[in-house]
Amino acid sequence: MILHIARTALIALKRDRGALVLSFVLPLAFFSIFAVIFGGQHDATPKVHVIVVDEDKSEASQDLVKAMEKESSLVVATAPEAKSKNAPHPADYTAATAEAAVQAGDAPVALIIPSGFGQHPIAFGPDAEGSAVELLNDQSDMIAPQMVMGLLQKDAMTAMPAVMAEQGMKYADKYVGGFTPEQKKVVEDGLADLRKEVANGEIGSGTTSGSDDKGAGIIRVKTRAVVGENKKSPMISFYAAAIGVMFLMFTASNSAGALLDEAESGTLERVLSTRVTMTKLLGGKLVFNTLLAFVQLVAMFLWGWAVFKLDFWSHVPGFIVMGLCTAFAVAAFGMLLASACHTRAQLGALSTLVILIMSSVGGSMFPRFLMPEAMQKAGLLTINAWAIDGFTKVFWRDLPLKDLWPQVSVLLAVGVLLFVVARRVARRWETA
Amino acid sequence: MGATQQTGTARPLVVERLVKRFGDLTAVNEVSLAVGTGECLGLLGPNGAGKSTLIRSIAGRVIPDGGSVAVFGAAAASTEARMALGWVPQELAIYPRISCTENLGAFGRYYGLKGSGLEEAINWCLHWAALEDRAGELARNLSGGMKRRLNMAAGMLHRPRVVLFDEPTVGVDPQSRNRIFEMIEALRAAGAALIYTTHYMEEAERLCDRIAIIDHGKIIATGTKEELVRNAFGSRSQVLARFSGDEAAIAAWTARNGGRMVEGTAEFTVEQATEIARLLDDATKARLELVDVSLRRPNLESVFLHLTGRELRD
Repeated sequence: MILHIARTALIALKRDRGALVLSFVLPLAFFSIFAVIFGGQHDATPKVHVIVVDEDKSEASQDLVKAMEKESSLVVATAPEAKSKNAPHPADYTAATAEAAVQAGDAPVALIIPSGFGQHPIAFGPDAEGSAVELLNDQSDMIAPQMVMGLLQKDAMTAMPAVMAEQGMKYADKYVGGFTPEQKKVVEDGLADLRKEVANGEIGSGTTSGSDDKGAGIIRVKTRAVVGENKKSPMISFYAAAIGVMFLMFTASNSAGALLDEAESGTLERVLSTRVTMTKLLGGKLVFNTLLAFVQLVAMFLWGWAVFKLDFWSHVPGFIVMGLCTAFAVAAFGMLLASACHTRAQLGALSTLVILIMSSVGGSMFPRFLMPEAMQKAGLLTINAWAIDGFTKVFWRDLPLKDLWPQVSVLLAVGVLLFVVARRVARRWETA
Repeated sequence: MGATQQTGTARPLVVERLVKRFGDLTAVNEVSLAVGTGECLGLLGPNGAGKSTLIRSIAGRVIPDGGSVAVFGAAAASTEARMALGWVPQELAIYPRISCTENLGAFGRYYGLKGSGLEEAINWCLHWAALEDRAGELARNLSGGMKRRLNMAAGMLHRPRVVLFDEPTVGVDPQSRNRIFEMIEALRAAGAALIYTTHYMEEAERLCDRIAIIDHGKIIATGTKEELVRNAFGSRSQVLARFSGDEAAIAAWTARNGGRMVEGTAEFTVEQATEIARLLDDATKARLELVDVSLRRPNLESVFLHLTGRELRD
C-alpha cells in the first residue's frame, strides 16, 4: 500500500512541471551561481579596482606602482578610461579627481603616493620621517582596502629592496651610531647588486610566489574613508534596497497573478466585453502594481530609518526617483511573468526560479563587488543590480539626482520593454 | 429597466450564417437567428453543442470564421454593440474578495458609468437581484444562488437592450432558480431582447417565447414549443410504460413494437390513445409484468430525442 501511495505521488509530480522545476532546475541553478561566485573556478577571485596617483615620480614610487600593476588581483588605473577608442587619452588622476572617482563609485580604493615619498619610503618607529601613502576608500566595500593595503606592503617589500636597504643603512647610522668605511663599502656593493637584480627582474617581480624575493620592508599608510565616513549605519541602505527589490519582485509577480485568476474565473473575459481594452486593463494593473511596489519600498526604508537609523529624510527626492523607477520596472516584470504563464502554479515556479537567480546575480543576496568580473557584468542584466546601484548612489554616495540618469534610464526602458512584451503575450486572452 | 428603445429600425439582434471553427472542430456551423424587442429566444442543447461559443461570438469575445452578428445594426465587439449588449457568462465572473456594491461599481465603471448615474445603476441592480440587504457582503461569502444573481446583475449596470444569458442557473437550488426566472421575466417585460441558453427543457419552456434546438454547432429546429412538438410529432402522443422482469426481454419487446427504452421506461409514439390497449395486450402475451402506464403530449426532450437520436442531457 505504501508503494501505491508513493507511485501516485510520483505520477502527480511528473505532471507538475512547476514542482519539477523547483525540485531540480532551481537547486542546480543556485548551486552553479554560488559555485561560480565562491568556488574559485574560472579564475573566480574578484579583482579589486584601485586608482593610483603618483605625485612623487621617484624611483621608489615608480617601482611601487609597477609592482602593483603586475598584481593579478588588482586592476590599477592611473588615468580614467577613454570615453571611446578615438577619444584623446584622459589626463592622469590627481589626488582630487581620484577622491571624486571613489566617491562616484568608479573604484572602491585610491592610493595617493605623495611628493617626497621617495626620500623616506620606509617608515620605522613612531617618529618615522617622510610622507605617508594615502589610501582613500569607500566604506561600503570592506574587503578592497584590506586587500590593497596588504598588497601595497607586500609590493613595498618585494619591489624596492634597494631603497629599503638604503633606508636601513640610514636608520642604522641614526640609531646605532654608523658604519665603518669598510662596512659601508660592503653594504653599498650589496645595494648595487640588488639594483641590478631588480633591473633584471630577478626580484621584485610582484608575483605572489614571493619565496624567491629577497627584499623586505614596510611603508606608512594613512587611510581615509571618502564615502560613508559619516554614515551612522553603514550598509543598511544597501540591504534595504537589495532585499527590498527582491521581495518587490515576488510581490509584483504575485499581484500580477490576479490576471491569471481572473482569466480562469471568466472575469477577465467579461471585463474585456465592456469598454475596457486589453491595453487599458494591463495599464491599470501596471499602475496599481507600481504603486504597490513603491509603497512597499517606502515601508521598508521607513523601517530602516525607525529601527536601524537609516538616514531617510535627507534623501527623500532621490528615494522617490529611484523608488518609482524601480517599482515601475518590477511591476512590468511581474506583468510579463503573469502574461507568459497559464496557471498560478506555473507562475509560482517560474517567478521563484527567475527572481532568485536574478537576485543572486544582481546583488540582492550578496554585494556584487564580491563577485568575479564576468558575474558582475552579468548582474547588469538584472533589475536588481540597477536598482541597488541607484539606491547606493542616493543613500551611500550622496550623489545629486542628475547622477542617477543611467539607472533611471535603464529601469524605465526595461519597464517599458517588459510591458510592451507583456501586452503582446496577453493577446492570447483577447479573442479566440 | 430602461432597455426598450431601439436604434432606428434595426432589430435588436441578427445573426447570419455564423461559423466558428477550433481546428478540426466546427463549434458553430452556419447559425442564423434573430431576436426581437421583448422576446426571449431559448438556445436548447446538450453540453458541447456550441451554445457558449455562439454566445461568446455574439458578445464579440470570439472572432467568427464566417457570417455576421449585428446588435441594433452594429457589428459585434464595436463600442455600440458592447454598450447595447449585456452578457452573463456561465462562470461566476465576479471579484470574490470585494463586496456586492463594489463589484457592481467596478463593472459599472468599466461600462463608463460614473457619479449619480453609477449609483442609480448599482441600486437598480441590487434591487433587481434582490441583494439589497447583502450589498456590503463580500461576494465570496454569498450563497451559490446569490453569487449567480450578482453575476447576472454585473452584466446589467449599463442597462443593455440585448442580454445574453449563458446557463445562468447552473448549480443553483430550485428556490434560487425561481428567483432568477423572475429576474429574467422582469427584463423581458421591460422590453429587452434576450437569449437564454440551457440544457434544461423546463427552463426553456417556462422562459422562452421561441426555442432554437442546437446540436453539433447547428440549429436543427426553431419555433415555439408547440410548433417544435407539432413539427416533430404532429398530433401523436407518447405512451410511457414500465415493466418489471428481465430487462433484455423488455427491451426486445419494446423494439419489436417500434418503441425505445429511455431510463428503464418503454416509450412509444401513438396516433390514438386507443393504441394503448393493443400494446398492453401484446405485453401480457409476451409475459411482461406491467408496473404503470401513462399517456402524455411529447415535450422538448422528446423533440430533441426525435431530432438527434440522443437525450438532451447526454
